[in-house]
Amino acid sequence: MKPEVNGERCMRCGACVGTCPVNTIFLKEFTLEINDDCTECGMCVKVCPIDALYMGGD
Amino acid sequence: MDVKEGDVLNYDIVVVGGGPAGSTAARFAAKEGADVLVLEKRQEIGSPVRCAEGVSLSWLEELEIDNIDSSTSRTMKGAILYSPAGNKLKITERLAGDEVGVVLERDRFDKDMARLAVKEGADFMVKTSAVGLIKEDGVVKGVEARYLGKKFEVRADLVIGADGFESQVGRWAGIYDSLKPKDIMTCFQYRLTGVNMDPDFTHFYMGSSAPGGYVWAFPKDENTANVGLGLQFSRLKGEKTPKDYLDEFIENHDDYKDGEAVDMVAGAVAVTHPPEKAIAPGIILVGDASRVVDSMTGGGIVNSLKQGKIAGEFAAEAVREGKFDEEFLQKYEKRWRDELENKLWRNYMAKETAMQLDDITFDKIIDALSNIELETVTIGAILEGVKKKYPELVEEFQNMI
Ligand SMILES: Cc1cc2nc3c(=O)[nH]c(=O)nc-3n(C[C@H](O)[C@H](O)[C@H](O)COP(=O)(O)OP(=O)(O)OC[C@H]3O[C@@H](n4cnc5c(N)ncnc54)[C@H](O)[C@@H]3O)c2cc1C
Ligand code: SF4
Ligand code: SF4
Repeated sequence: MKPEVNGERCMRCGACVGTCPVNTIFLKEFTLEINDDCTECGMCVKVCPIDALYMGGD
Repeated sequence: MDVKEGDVLNYDIVVVGGGPAGSTAARFAAKEGADVLVLEKRQEIGSPVRCAEGVSLSWLEELEIDNIDSSTSRTMKGAILYSPAGNKLKITERLAGDEVGVVLERDRFDKDMARLAVKEGADFMVKTSAVGLIKEDGVVKGVEARYLGKKFEVRADLVIGADGFESQVGRWAGIYDSLKPKDIMTCFQYRLTGVNMDPDFTHFYMGSSAPGGYVWAFPKDENTANVGLGLQFSRLKGEKTPKDYLDEFIENHDDYKDGEAVDMVAGAVAVTHPPEKAIAPGIILVGDASRVVDSMTGGGIVNSLKQGKIAGEFAAEAVREGKFDEEFLQKYEKRWRDELENKLWRNYMAKETAMQLDDITFDKIIDALSNIELETVTIGAILEGVKKKYPELVEEFQNMI
């Protein structure tokens, strides 16, 4: 499953956006969206400086 | 400015991103007579601050700025480097020459840069995101944007992508490859008040407190500092996050452990080689979007400003000539590379080696340097200094001396 964001932790810093190899994370006005073409590589989860992303569904 | 759903605005140039790179590009383009609009997705230029705010002052004249007193928090007398064992190397003003600098009020600074652009005639819209490119017959004709929930178009012959680390413009244009994990620094910082470091020096802590990077403390006043770290993404192991590394560092350092956080910053910087391309037909990139951060320090403000000026002046020229094809845009590539590329490559190569160093080696380097009189603080002079005591250490860097 693609990653999910914990909105209470996310600082909207864009680190995950610039790191995603397939450019599928979008910082919207109030939310962070991950599109379905996510390859589940996990890089965004790892780069997040404050652990706001987690792999969903497990 | 207000816009309605479906409005079409017409400009010569649209700049995406109102950071130092975007505002400076807009300033110099407007100064040369172009009609420029800057779009900034945040509601306030420069805020929230996503930066340690350290900057040298060697560029003021080049950027045609008298002074930045109004956006300076504190002027530094030098820098202190710490090895993992706690050995110190003090680099004073006399040694560092022009490179000694100030700690900024970055939010104020970014607004000052915007103000200079407005003075030359540039227009700005905040809380406005570029969401896509407009193309006609394959040619870029501006951007689609959103302002307060309304979608509108900005028609322009040239799009300047100044949208930072997360740059979409570069990706829409298909300009760059994804970053390699070893070339990404993931960062976390607190502004701590109630701390005790020497408030007249910037402080840099090397070694395993921030694998592949370093911890910094940049004083804002007598007892407040931006204390943060950047660490190499590929060295992150297990569950430990950059925040965890920083919390651990602070806990173990008496100068900082009683500080209270009044601000918190997350972010990332690309410490990579200069990009293969910073242009596509109808598009030029500038600042972090074109990956001009200095790989050794992770600092990107100065290069963004310098490249911003080159981009703005070039953009105005393109408008005058009415040429936006890739061949003409090569002039921009050449100009910014002539000014910045050599040093970017050199520091990238130096970073590649420096990241490999272990704690013992850092201890030796700082030890060797603290016992000699450095004449200047260039990479070459540092290596010469280390060579005197630990010749085996500099073998890997030999080609840089
Ligand atoms: C934690 C941290 C500490 C740092 N410390 C230092 C330091 O001490 N010294 C130093 O020199 N450098 C430092 N840097 C690097 C420095 O912050 C950047 O190099 C600098 O901000 C680059 O300027 P820029 O104008 O290219 O991009 P930015 O300042 O990032 O500006 C880009 C702007 O574009 C906007 N934007 C993005 N997408 C869109 C869109 N679609 N539509 C509209 N607007 C958009 C963003 O909101 C942002 O305001 C640090 C970076 C980090 C993360
Ligand atoms: S890296 Fe983490 S904190 Fe930053 S925008 Fe992504 S999820 Fe949010
Ligand atoms: S898991 Fe990989 S592909 Fe999916 S959003 Fe994160 S970085 Fe992008």
